[in-house]
Amino acid sequence: MAVIRDVMPVFELFQPATVDEALGLLERHGADAWVLAGGMDTFDWLKDRSKRVAVVVDLSQVGELRGVKEVDGGLEIGALTTLTEVAQHPVVKAKFGLLSEAAGLVASPQIRNQGTLGGNVSQDTRCWYYRSGWTCYRAGGNICYADTPTAINREHAILGADRCVAVSPSDTAPALIALQAAMVIRRAGGGERVVPAEEYFVGPGLDITRMTVLRPGDLLTAIRIPATWANATFYFEKVRDRQVWDFPLVNVAAALKTSGGTIDAVRVAVGAVAATPLRLTTVEAAVTGKPRNIETAQLAGELAVDGAQPLRYNGYKVPLMRNLVTRAIRGTTTATTT
Amino acid sequence: MNFLTWGRNPWGQQILTHVSWDLLWASLFAGVMFLVAHASYMVLSAHHKYSESETDALEAANKSLPERIERHTFMARMFHWVMAASMFTLLFTAFLPIVGVRFAWVQWHWIAGLVLTGSIIYHIIHATFFLDFWSIWVGPKDIPEIKAELLRELGREVDAPKPAKYPMGNRLYHLAIVVVGLTAAISGIFMMARVRNFMISRNPYLLADTTWGFTYVLHGLAGVGLVGLVIAHVYFAVRPEKWWITKAMLVGYITRRQYLMHHDTRRWNVKGGSQPAGRA
Repeated sequence: MAVIRDVMPVFELFQPATVDEALGLLERHGADAWVLAGGMDTFDWLKDRSKRVAVVVDLSQVGELRGVKEVDGGLEIGALTTLTEVAQHPVVKAKFGLLSEAAGLVASPQIRNQGTLGGNVSQDTRCWYYRSGWTCYRAGGNICYADTPTAINREHAILGADRCVAVSPSDTAPALIALQAAMVIRRAGGGERVVPAEEYFVGPGLDITRMTVLRPGDLLTAIRIPATWANATFYFEKVRDRQVWDFPLVNVAAALKTSGGTIDAVRVAVGAVAATPLRLTTVEAAVTGKPRNIETAQLAGELAVDGAQPLRYNGYKVPLMRNLVTRAIRGTTTATTT
Repeated sequence: MNFLTWGRNPWGQQILTHVSWDLLWASLFAGVMFLVAHASYMVLSAHHKYSESETDALEAANKSLPERIERHTFMARMFHWVMAASMFTLLFTAFLPIVGVRFAWVQWHWIAGLVLTGSIIYHIIHATFFLDFWSIWVGPKDIPEIKAELLRELGREVDAPKPAKYPMGNRLYHLAIVVVGLTAAISGIFMMARVRNFMISRNPYLLADTTWGFTYVLHGLAGVGLVGLVIAHVYFAVRPEKWWITKAMLVGYITRRQYLMHHDTRRWNVKGGSQPAGRA
């Protein structure tokens, strides 16, 4: 097992001042480069010596990656904007309260002050077998230690497992998917691509060693939220073991447009049940055009967990996810954020 | 270049994980180099070609043989092409993700593996009970033929046995594919216990870590070996002087002339002739 050390390991540190400088460094060092944003995920990996890197590109001096801008009725949020800024920004709170609430429920105030939106959606999984430095599938080996008869897998996946059963731990990711956000990714040479949030995340079937589409040389620079769902009806709920400083056991984010009690349009996403945050398209199709009531909500809950395959210790996630999706569609007057 | 990759298990032990994927490039390189070397040799060398007049004489003496001679039954051809399709699927699903083409490959891979395994079992039964089982194997009795084939390749006229039903190259390739293919298939069946599927219950503790390591290494070695072998096979299948064999695998038969030109009619005695045809 990895041993926590008091000091950081040796690496070459670069602190670019602009995006172009950062991209140049990422291009030059390729797979050897580690992108450091808020450091909330990075420092675990480096101090535990579970990952050893030759070069760290610290983005903290790149001012153009910070801030929230209004664009065409929507928002463009710099990837380095802190979670506190996102949670407290007046326009985010007023028009996209779903994201504000999700960001405000990440970890603890100190972590939200330092952690960034880009880092929160790009962080690695919390599977403790993987993070302990053992050579599991995700670490390039040939076994999932969390999916064995004796494994401690209470936090692991109930859906979409493919050899690896680790889950996406992000709270903001389901909210961004529900808001139809897009991720802006740049690489050296001027290349830019815009990826829908739900396609930003990569499951183990596609690439077992990565959580996102980011490849060496890529940099997530911004998250764009279109005006489409501004001021819609939102629902976010996160269930965790402790009330602060904890990752979700399951979270759900929903954006709904209703008229006369009927659901005209809806987007629902859940986190911490699969290796990627899952957009529940089957649920969306089933409830669109139906009245927003308990029957529709229960139908949504049942559809949401269709095909779930719990492991030995995470069977509770099936009714939990079913109930959260039910509540998201039904709506509740009481804020439920624990 | 590394040959093997190692990891660490929760007990702090070093464990084999799989072969280094550098070997994929080595196998590709070896396959292409063999192709280039052989093609160059065939263009530049004086390798012996069977003479037309010799075959004319044989054909005149064996008019009683049918015009078309069955070389592969329909079921044998079906096996070959099912195996080929599953083999290509296995290689593409295994190695495209390694070279950077991302797709959900695991399910396709083990389904193709099951098809391959099923076709191999079918082939073993078919060949054992319905075909001339020993005709494809190579043994000490074939040494004179091997020697003659080599001398012919060097341009010498040799009065030595022609092949029976299967040329020496076919038989040596079959031997290689038996070893490598069975290694891949058997190790792959064990590896099914590590992925979720409808046939074998998932049990990652079926084998000890070390044994799993060897299983993955064997599977990987067989896989990269198959890359080179398949390149060689496709190359020979499309070579002009071998095309009659490939065509036979498509349509099932060869012509009387091809039979007389390329085979020892005493060692592969086709019914229909008044007597075994003489050897050239």
